[in-house]
Amino acid sequence: MRAFTYQRVAATAEATAALARIPGAKLLAGGTNLLDLMKLEIEAPTHLIDIRDLDLARIEDTAAGGLRIGALVSNTDLASDARIKRHYPVISRAIVSGATGQLRNKASTAGNLLQRNRCPYFYDTDQPCNKRLPGSGCSAIDGASRGLAVIGTSSACIATYPGDLAVALRLLDAEIETVDAAGRTRTLPIADFHRLPGDTPQIETALQPSELITAVILPPPLGGRHFYLKVRDRASYAFALVSVAAVLHPDRTGRIAFGGVAPKPWRVEQAEAALQDSAEAVVSIAFDGATPTEQNAFKVPLAARALASVIARARESSDAV
Amino acid sequence: MPQSNMNPPAASGMTPVRFITVNGEQHSPPEDPRTTLLDFLREQLDLTGTKKGCDQGQCGACTVLVNGTRINACLTLAIMHVGDEVTTVEGLGKPDALHPLQRAFVTHDGYQCGYCTPGQICSVIGALAEIDRGVPSHVTGDLSAPMITTRLEMRERMSGNICRCGAYSNIQDAIAEFVGEPR
Repeated sequence: MRAFTYQRVAATAEATAALARIPGAKLLAGGTNLLDLMKLEIEAPTHLIDIRDLDLARIEDTAAGGLRIGALVSNTDLASDARIKRHYPVISRAIVSGATGQLRNKASTAGNLLQRNRCPYFYDTDQPCNKRLPGSGCSAIDGASRGLAVIGTSSACIATYPGDLAVALRLLDAEIETVDAAGRTRTLPIADFHRLPGDTPQIETALQPSELITAVILPPPLGGRHFYLKVRDRASYAFALVSVAAVLHPDRTGRIAFGGVAPKPWRVEQAEAALQDSAEAVVSIAFDGATPTEQNAFKVPLAARALASVIARARESSDAV
Repeated sequence: MPQSNMNPPAASGMTPVRFITVNGEQHSPPEDPRTTLLDFLREQLDLTGTKKGCDQGQCGACTVLVNGTRINACLTLAIMHVGDEVTTVEGLGKPDALHPLQRAFVTHDGYQCGYCTPGQICSVIGALAEIDRGVPSHVTGDLSAPMITTRLEMRERMSGNICRCGAYSNIQDAIAEFVGEPR
């Protein structure tokens, strides 16, 4: 691990000021992904700004009837919140389908959204990777690509966004609230938060250099039945090959988002009208233009089957899932 | 030498907390901020019960309790835990006064080599605390009902603790004895 200096801040403005002032500084919350990457020297911050003491660990009701989730709320606490369980169960289901109890206890809401990809070539520092070393090339396109993305990719990168929580948040059209070193706040839709790789796969989010995520805002509950089905190689503690987040209503309307298939949570709103028809119809629209590799072409039919399974569960019983 | 401003902020007039409390004893944090909590426990405090397996959060051998919550000690810096109370396996039981869960592991032969055992023990304690406060798992049926300690639930909740000897069935038996009837 490269040497760095460490600072524990008491106020958000102190954190953003340090972020703006110190080249190579990074914010530190749970640290589970950051420290893993620092050990491999894939991440090499010069300075860590520990934000654990900031007042960002609460879940509050909003005037609009939604919830404001503080950036430092742990994955465990978010999944366990009574309001989340009752009104946004897709969030609880998505969270507990990922990682382990130990990691979910440490991982924060905002940090989870910022976790880096799990492409094996991103982790292997002996191999070219345009995310890790821009311009060096992509080893994955002609390499081991079974777990990687099938849509939204570019000739520079086919890495998959690995998280589960963000897929549920995309389904719900959550917003990301930030503040920068000048004290400017903004909220942006989660749809615009994660970027597609294009020619600059090293830039993964819309977050600006001195910006700090303060909260994730949930709109009022959608009702309906919530599902998060994650298909993976092990029954527990594995990244998704394909995941499906869904809110389904008795009249066959609903929302669908996919994980494990693209560089960002993958939701194509126009595809949702096809819920009246079939899972295959939804997937054929949502994955229109997909460019899978030979190794991961299975993900498109797997997405259709996973969605068909969710739809079948929604129709066979009115029990909560 | 890396420099650190390790003191957490304190209300005016109060002395900032400067210590990491481990098994009830206060310790100054390491000088090098790169020191993980795991290395701090093992190399500097000589608390070698907590084990280093993968050192990347996949095996769970380093599981400790921080303020009663289980985490991977390998994926956190010691300096981040100034003001926290860390409990390792040494803080749960002693050779001549085993924790009831340790006793259950002995009774049921819940190990072969024993390397993963301290992490397993701490993880069970943490998992049961999570169940008590309504934390759901991937196999939980009704999110709103009280959480229960069935074998299926405990198996899922312990999936972050790998046993390369494969003593899982005996570990399950030990846990089942410790928790008693599913609650």
